[in-house]
Amino acid sequence: MINSLFLINPSGEIFLEKHWKSVVSRSVCDYFLEAKEKALEPEDVPPVIHTPHHYLISIYRDKLFFLSVIQTEVPPLFVIEFLHRIAEMIQDYFGECSETVVKDHMVMVYELLEEMLDNGFPLATESNVLKEMIRPPTILRSVVNTLTGTSNVGDTLPTGQLSTIPWRRAGVRYTNNEAYFDVVEEIDAILDQSGTTVFAEIQGVVEACVKLSGMPDLTLSFMNPCLLDDVSFHPCVRYKLWESERVLSFIPPDGNFTLMTYHVNAQNLVAIPVYVKQSISFFECGSDGRLDVTVGPKQTMGKTVEGVMVTVHLPKTILSINLTATQGSYTYDNGTKLLVWDIGKLNPQKLPNLRGSLSLQAGAPKPEENPSLNIDLKIQQLAISGLKVNRLDMFGEKYKPFKGVKYITKAGKFQVRT
Amino acid sequence: MEWANQLCENRQFGSKMTDSKYFTTTKKGEIFELKAELNSDKKEKKKEAVKKVIASMTVGKDVSALFPDVVNCMQTDNLELKKLVYLYLMNYAKSQPDMAIMAVNTFVKDCEDPNPLIRALAVRTMGCIRVDKITEYLCEPLRKCLKDEDPYVRKTAAVCVAKLHDINAQLVEDQGFLDTLKDLISDSNPMVTSGGQRSLLKKKLQVVANAVAALSEIAESHPNSNLLDLNPQSINKLLTALNECTEWGQIFILDCLANYTPRDDRESQSICERVTPRLSHANSAVVLSAVKVLMKFMEMLPKDLDYYGTLLKKLAPPLVTLLSAEPELQYVALRNINLIVQKRPEILKHEMKVFFVKYNDPIYVKLEKLDIMIRLASQANIAQVLAELKEYATEVDVDFVRKAVRAIGRCAIKVEQSAERCVSTLLDLIQTKVNYVVQEAIVVIKDIFRKYPNKYESVIATLCENLDSLDEPEARAAMIWIVGEYAERIDNADELLESFLEGFHDESTQVQLQLLTAIVKLFLKKPTETQELVQQVLSLATQDSDNPDLRDRGYIYWRLLSTDPVAAKEVVLAEKPLISEETDLIEPTLLEELICHIGTLASVYHKPPSAFVEGSRGVMHKRLPARTGSGEGTECPDVGNAAGGSAPESAPSIIPSQGDLLGDLLNLDLAPPTTTGPTPSTSGMQMGGMDLLGGGLDSLLGGDIGGSPAMGAGFGAAPAVMPTSLNAPVGGGLGDLFDLGGGVGMPMGAYIPPKTVWLPAMKAKGLEISGTFARRAGVIQMELVLTNKAMSVMTDFAIQFNRNSFGLAPAGPLQVLTPLGPNQTIEVSLPLSTVGPVMKMDPLNNLQVAVKNNIDVFYFSCQYPISMLFVEDGKMERQVFLATWKDIPNDNESQFQIQDCHLNSEAASNKLQGSNIFTIAKRTVEGQEMLYMSIKLSNGIWVLAELKVQAGNPNYTISLKCRAPEVSQCVFQCYEAVLKN
Repeated sequence: MINSLFLINPSGEIFLEKHWKSVVSRSVCDYFLEAKEKALEPEDVPPVIHTPHHYLISIYRDKLFFLSVIQTEVPPLFVIEFLHRIAEMIQDYFGECSETVVKDHMVMVYELLEEMLDNGFPLATESNVLKEMIRPPTILRSVVNTLTGTSNVGDTLPTGQLSTIPWRRAGVRYTNNEAYFDVVEEIDAILDQSGTTVFAEIQGVVEACVKLSGMPDLTLSFMNPCLLDDVSFHPCVRYKLWESERVLSFIPPDGNFTLMTYHVNAQNLVAIPVYVKQSISFFECGSDGRLDVTVGPKQTMGKTVEGVMVTVHLPKTILSINLTATQGSYTYDNGTKLLVWDIGKLNPQKLPNLRGSLSLQAGAPKPEENPSLNIDLKIQQLAISGLKVNRLDMFGEKYKPFKGVKYITKAGKFQVRT
Repeated sequence: MEWANQLCENRQFGSKMTDSKYFTTTKKGEIFELKAELNSDKKEKKKEAVKKVIASMTVGKDVSALFPDVVNCMQTDNLELKKLVYLYLMNYAKSQPDMAIMAVNTFVKDCEDPNPLIRALAVRTMGCIRVDKITEYLCEPLRKCLKDEDPYVRKTAAVCVAKLHDINAQLVEDQGFLDTLKDLISDSNPMVTSGGQRSLLKKKLQVVANAVAALSEIAESHPNSNLLDLNPQSINKLLTALNECTEWGQIFILDCLANYTPRDDRESQSICERVTPRLSHANSAVVLSAVKVLMKFMEMLPKDLDYYGTLLKKLAPPLVTLLSAEPELQYVALRNINLIVQKRPEILKHEMKVFFVKYNDPIYVKLEKLDIMIRLASQANIAQVLAELKEYATEVDVDFVRKAVRAIGRCAIKVEQSAERCVSTLLDLIQTKVNYVVQEAIVVIKDIFRKYPNKYESVIATLCENLDSLDEPEARAAMIWIVGEYAERIDNADELLESFLEGFHDESTQVQLQLLTAIVKLFLKKPTETQELVQQVLSLATQDSDNPDLRDRGYIYWRLLSTDPVAAKEVVLAEKPLISEETDLIEPTLLEELICHIGTLASVYHKPPSAFVEGSRGVMHKRLPARTGSGEGTECPDVGNAAGGSAPESAPSIIPSQGDLLGDLLNLDLAPPTTTGPTPSTSGMQMGGMDLLGGGLDSLLGGDIGGSPAMGAGFGAAPAVMPTSLNAPVGGGLGDLFDLGGGVGMPMGAYIPPKTVWLPAMKAKGLEISGTFARRAGVIQMELVLTNKAMSVMTDFAIQFNRNSFGLAPAGPLQVLTPLGPNQTIEVSLPLSTVGPVMKMDPLNNLQVAVKNNIDVFYFSCQYPISMLFVEDGKMERQVFLATWKDIPNDNESQFQIQDCHLNSEAASNKLQGSNIFTIAKRTVEGQEMLYMSIKLSNGIWVLAELKVQAGNPNYTISLKCRAPEVSQCVFQCYEAVLKN
């Protein structure tokens, strides 16, 4: 089971430690810091490290390392999932997950960690339950607490903890009853030089924000559920009904939650919303090269592509660049060699273009590697897989809720090779 | 704490509401100040002070000096303050055990509190205080809480049992807490559930999950106790609980289910059906644990069953989905998919594309994806794969590029149709002139030449152009091999090789050996022009080198060339065996075990848990269940459980890790090569660590009885027994030298154990007999040294053997022709035959001997190394080996560890060959070399062995399979004796 947790910032400083069993000296982190030194990027630190007496399992998230120490055979995924849950909890409570936030709420974070794990076993990880045990900070509450001496710690057993539906707290009341669902799809794709799709798939997620009184029982159905290749659900979803009728039937948690994630993997089905014409070349002799990138809309289902951004890691031997963009603006960091071209909305009539010259460091050979382009984009009111919500019904409560569905398509890991 | 100071400066006029204010007093008088605040009368001030203390604690500062002051704050109605004090106590109680006692009363009182939250909090915290004195007081409150009316308290108490077990296992057993835990598993009884009790049932089921988790943890540290008694009833309860408990509970229940072996395929299918919905869980750990259960239970389903196909189809999507998760999750998933793909390639054979590498994947994900791509490569998708690999070969990351180039070579070897395309891709890459790409390409092209001889030699010219840029030993060696192998086609082969010769002594061994062989090859092909060159290299290798391997090889070539050039040609230019198609495959037995461990650390490291988990307790090898029809009885009991159940009830209180260590020590030091433990029983063999203990102890107690009563002084006198074993390495080495010096016509000396005293003079009226056994040129010999320590002359010697396991008998009379005078010693060699009467002995290699002289008849017993029964024609055909290995039931397999052996695999294999242990095949898996060997005993019994050698690890693992498993122990001892001498 999980013995200890260390939070470490990118410069290798440990700024929080929590032990659930006996105290493990923080010197154990040296093995991790050593691995971190060796890694080129913080992302490259191996997630499982073997030391003579312990295993170190870590995640890198929000520019922080969450490092757990374990001593016995424990499923590593269990540990990794749990570490992500801690990060999500911090985000949920304090609005962001960062070193400053943790330091500002050190004691509360510590109390939360204690509630989440007992002797290394997860105890309360549902946000609804945690919030009843330890109330999240609000400006108003801190003022009241200071004045009245009351605390953030709940003194009764959270009802959700052991109710038949542990994810929902009892006695929820709203004056405006509303349920919103966001269908968010991300396209992961690799396109080759000629623009042909090497690989493409869609990762979808249905995020819900449900603020309904009492114990509502919801049923959400899709027009075309057969599109989904693989689904995973929030524990509240009744799996059997999905299996037999392809509808999502559930009593929702209160507030924001991820109802389901899904996967669309049939390559022919995935529409690629933009095309990229690019050439990055270096002259055989001399120390110059050229860059020319144009982005245009492809299969957009008649919608506008917004928030387009192109990111390129230029070769290390580049000395300087001199480019002009016909639309948007570009930034270039000569330290990291990162070129970011922020285009914005895509206008089909006048395609944005970025071109100009690259100069190499004197005497440097022609770069061997081909930089890939990373594309970011957003399309409102479109789920690129074609998934559509059919209807949402509510049982168990008498009032009429306000319902809404929003669709959005984004680029996930969308890469164009050169 | 510079940042803390800085932080508070920044915050001077910032928000005062944050906890960073607790760091403002991080200066000298801090502890003093805090002490004062903690003892303040004002509640609020107290609480703030405790918060400051906690804040310091979380950043790793030592605030243990405040212990009494903090404990004083414990008696309070304020729940937050109570919790904070508890947090402090958990951290520091251990360092202040006497002070911690002060807290006990409050705990006991809190365990009776009307508020279940406080009861649970108290019992939970008490369990975390790892102080012996406190645990005594914990028992009563814990017992109450385990039976508390509130399920939340019961759930918390279940975990507390695990905590207590960690601190004091004996106490937990004495107090009967384990039974209470087991009762908790049956907390829910579906039979009595009516509609109204439904929700109550669900609450109880969460208690079950915690109880299972607690029991599993205890069971892990305690393999002998058959805690989780899995039977169809309890399995049914677990499956019911699975649907209702939290995601974390599901992981533990699934892992627990995976240890069960269903009675038949029907039960297996019904469990699979109930587990399948877990594949759609949002928590990836639940998904992977479910995959483990399915992969294991699938094994029992008949392949023609429709459901089998359905299940296969259901497994792919969740695995693919795991790959879109966070990179750390992806990594663990990929390591597991690597196993799954080897076991059941059909599951993911159409999913090649999801393994394509994205340029911003972390390097550890990239390397794993690449590995799986090769495993999935087939004729159908090879074009796609190659295009990708070529793309990767131009990436930035050097490690990744290298692996990509190697992967192209592996594709060529795996998919014959693609070989040509692979070679031309590699040539393209060589044209890039990127140094490390060229070197990797040359290394893999060598393998392609080996696999497809006489097909792609046209590219040699291109390769030779890059000779100068090679600076890595592996690439240089590969290039030299190519030049030597194709010397007749390369006009200037002699010049090329000569150029390497200049810096001969600066080259690594790998290159030196390769150069030596290549030049000898060249000489055999073009003798006229290269005589000088070959003489040069031979003298460099034999006279100027300190490396014994190089020298030996040099001498062998020299002799060969000078005595019989034709034979030399036959040896050096012999046709090479083909290299295997699949590289890096995990051995089937290991793979089976790892499949049972999907989702665990073992699956990440691709090693059995016994190999690396600290204090891995009494190695329990898990196996996949055998396919059993519903009609038949279960032939293969659940090994994991059976092993736990059949373990010797020797000492349940011994901490297993210590037991293991003890076993290792005994095995290492005290089991001399010539003494053996009892004949191991088949069931005992799977016990690993425990068995070592048993064997070690037995050899300690009984091993020397026949030999030297003076030495077998008793249990405590371990050092007294040592001399026999201490002698072994020294004497063995000498024996080897003698053997070589004696010039008996054998390439390598067979192992001969050192001579030991068999019959001490005081037991035999002045006649002392010591001796050993040897196998020389196929003849077994008993070598005796007779010493007359009496005052009178001894004559009329004769020898007789009792019936023994392998029918050993003297092949002639004992040749002591002259009378033996006082203080005279005579050495005799007695040839033995193996056609005598047979009787199974215990130990198996025990030999009872009677020696007669003019004075009396004397009896003694000795043990011979079973290696002298290994016959010279023990080399099995590869195909036969494979078939036999599969054919011998797994129950007959035994695994042993050979420790502290510092030979590389080649040296080990040479050494073993000297004792007629023949290496048939070799392959490298994940840096581990696997040697497959066969042995034939004089009575026709075959023993098959798999030896795992890992570079840099002096511990070898050996698995022995034999139809007569009782010989395994003896054979293992021979391995140990041969390898260590």
